[in-house]
Amino acid sequence: MLEAEGLGLSYGDKYIFNSLDLSIPKGKITVFIGSNGCGKSTLLRSMARLLKPQNGTVMLDGTDISRMATKEIARKLAILPQGPIAPDGLTVLQLVKQGRYPYQSWLRQWSREDERIVREALEATGMSGLSEQSVDSLSGGQRQRAWIAMTLAQQTPIILLDEPTTYLDMTHQIEVLDLLYEMNRRDDRTIVMVLHDINLACRYADHIVAIRAGQIEAEGKPGEVIDEQLIEKVFRLKCEIIPDPLYGTPLCIPYTNCSLKAVKEVLRR
Amino acid sequence: MSKYKSIRSAGTGYSVLIEKRTIWISAVLLVLTMGTMIISTGMGSLYISPMNVVKVLLGVGDPAHQVVVMKLRLPRIVIAALVGASLAVAGAILQGVIRNPLASPDVAGITEGASLGAVLFIFLLGGTVPVQWMPIASITGALAVTGLLYVLSWKRGVDPLRLVLIGIGLSAAIKSLSYMFIISGPMQLAERSLTFMTGSIYGVSWDKDVITLLPWLAILFPLTWLQARILNIQALGDDTASSAGAQVQRQRFILILLSVALAGAAVAIGGAITFIGLMAPHMARKLAGASFGSVLPVSALLGALILLISDLVARTVFIPKDVPAGVLTAAIGAPFFMYLLYRNRNR
Repeated sequence: MLEAEGLGLSYGDKYIFNSLDLSIPKGKITVFIGSNGCGKSTLLRSMARLLKPQNGTVMLDGTDISRMATKEIARKLAILPQGPIAPDGLTVLQLVKQGRYPYQSWLRQWSREDERIVREALEATGMSGLSEQSVDSLSGGQRQRAWIAMTLAQQTPIILLDEPTTYLDMTHQIEVLDLLYEMNRRDDRTIVMVLHDINLACRYADHIVAIRAGQIEAEGKPGEVIDEQLIEKVFRLKCEIIPDPLYGTPLCIPYTNCSLKAVKEVLRR
Repeated sequence: MSKYKSIRSAGTGYSVLIEKRTIWISAVLLVLTMGTMIISTGMGSLYISPMNVVKVLLGVGDPAHQVVVMKLRLPRIVIAALVGASLAVAGAILQGVIRNPLASPDVAGITEGASLGAVLFIFLLGGTVPVQWMPIASITGALAVTGLLYVLSWKRGVDPLRLVLIGIGLSAAIKSLSYMFIISGPMQLAERSLTFMTGSIYGVSWDKDVITLLPWLAILFPLTWLQARILNIQALGDDTASSAGAQVQRQRFILILLSVALAGAAVAIGGAITFIGLMAPHMARKLAGASFGSVLPVSALLGALILLISDLVARTVFIPKDVPAGVLTAAIGAPFFMYLLYRNRNR
């Protein structure tokens, strides 16, 4: 169980967010949406102790994370930062293996259990056949799967991901999100992520959190909270919401603001 | 997992995964290093065949060879290997911590700081304090420069490129400071200091140099080896390392301290020998991959080999002149650095 209570964080004297309360539903997929600079990434990062908030607390299973040892947190919560870069020549196995860090010591560096869990993480992400490849030689989608395998090897009930689909083409975006969906439905892991694509967010999220200027504008099931007014408020974008023809989740069709004559004519028709 | 060997000891709970490639690369390098040491010991104004060198080492050699090998040449060879290995490991640590292949103790000014510490020791305390204390002076110098480097390049964390650029500037400034002392000081100390600043292992002995350096390395090498796991996790970036439960800032501080101590100890004995800390880890990564469990031992062996060969060439090719080994490592290292700068220009 992950909760933020009265969380406040500022850079200099400018508050990113102030006295923010949020409770992440257990065993569900939660997605943060919002425009650039609204504070959604900052919120995600401070909930994973990568940033230290000035005010308030983040509670993990009822304990303030600032009072927990970092290794102890790492056994309960993993975060995959945005656009992580592996050192040149590091192989997939060498990367995934490091997910076992919170369970290891200088003495115990590669137990049978480590070996089994790393193998399972590679299998779950479909990376077994690529484990000897170097991470920098992989395609964008494979690379992201390798990093997800590392967080899987950390064996945490909660996984946070900061824009896991950025820089990926459509096919790989779906591939990564499907993998996360499987991890959630099959292994009952709580997933929290920041996504830019509202439509994919609506399709995959159980719980959506819309953030505007460091405040939670709305939260709840995508079908219940996403409407034209919310999108206009959060993204400053006029749109129409229709049901996704495949899954029935909200689908956002934006209006264009272009003043070109040709475009206007198309719109008039 | 056939490319790997899992080592597990039920009694102690020790377990580790080792790449088979690392084992045989290390074995080959070890043989090469030993071979170079033996051949190099035989080279010089009096040539002794490798066979005869081995005989002396086994205690059954020609008494005439005995003096040349044991007293004159072997200390220098052993020091070359130890100093080269220390500089290489210091560089490997720094490149891991800073996550940049351009980082090395000499590029960052750490070597020059150690060298200034030693020059000051020669000028201010030379003659009054036993020379065994020189590593303290050079490590202090190295630490002072590292502290300054950290402060000057800190701006919401240390940016690798800024660190390297400030290091290059700092290194030049400190070098001129050393020269200032040398010029203003007495003549007989000036020559010793100058040789020192170029980096030379001329005229080292068992009881003064080997005995001074060995205890430091006997502690620092195993300590560094234990940090391989931490270097690996640091190399993934601060966020990922924190996510996996690493205490990033504290561990980084300890790692930099280890690198500074290794570079400082090496400079105290060998002087400011440059570019080994840059080249050896780079070659080690090309040979043995990115994991520090492999990079550290392979770097150490390569560093030893580079300095052994540089010293051999420097003292035999230009006979009767004994050119400082540092001249040779700089001659290979400077173009190598330019090549790295060129390759990393778009990063």
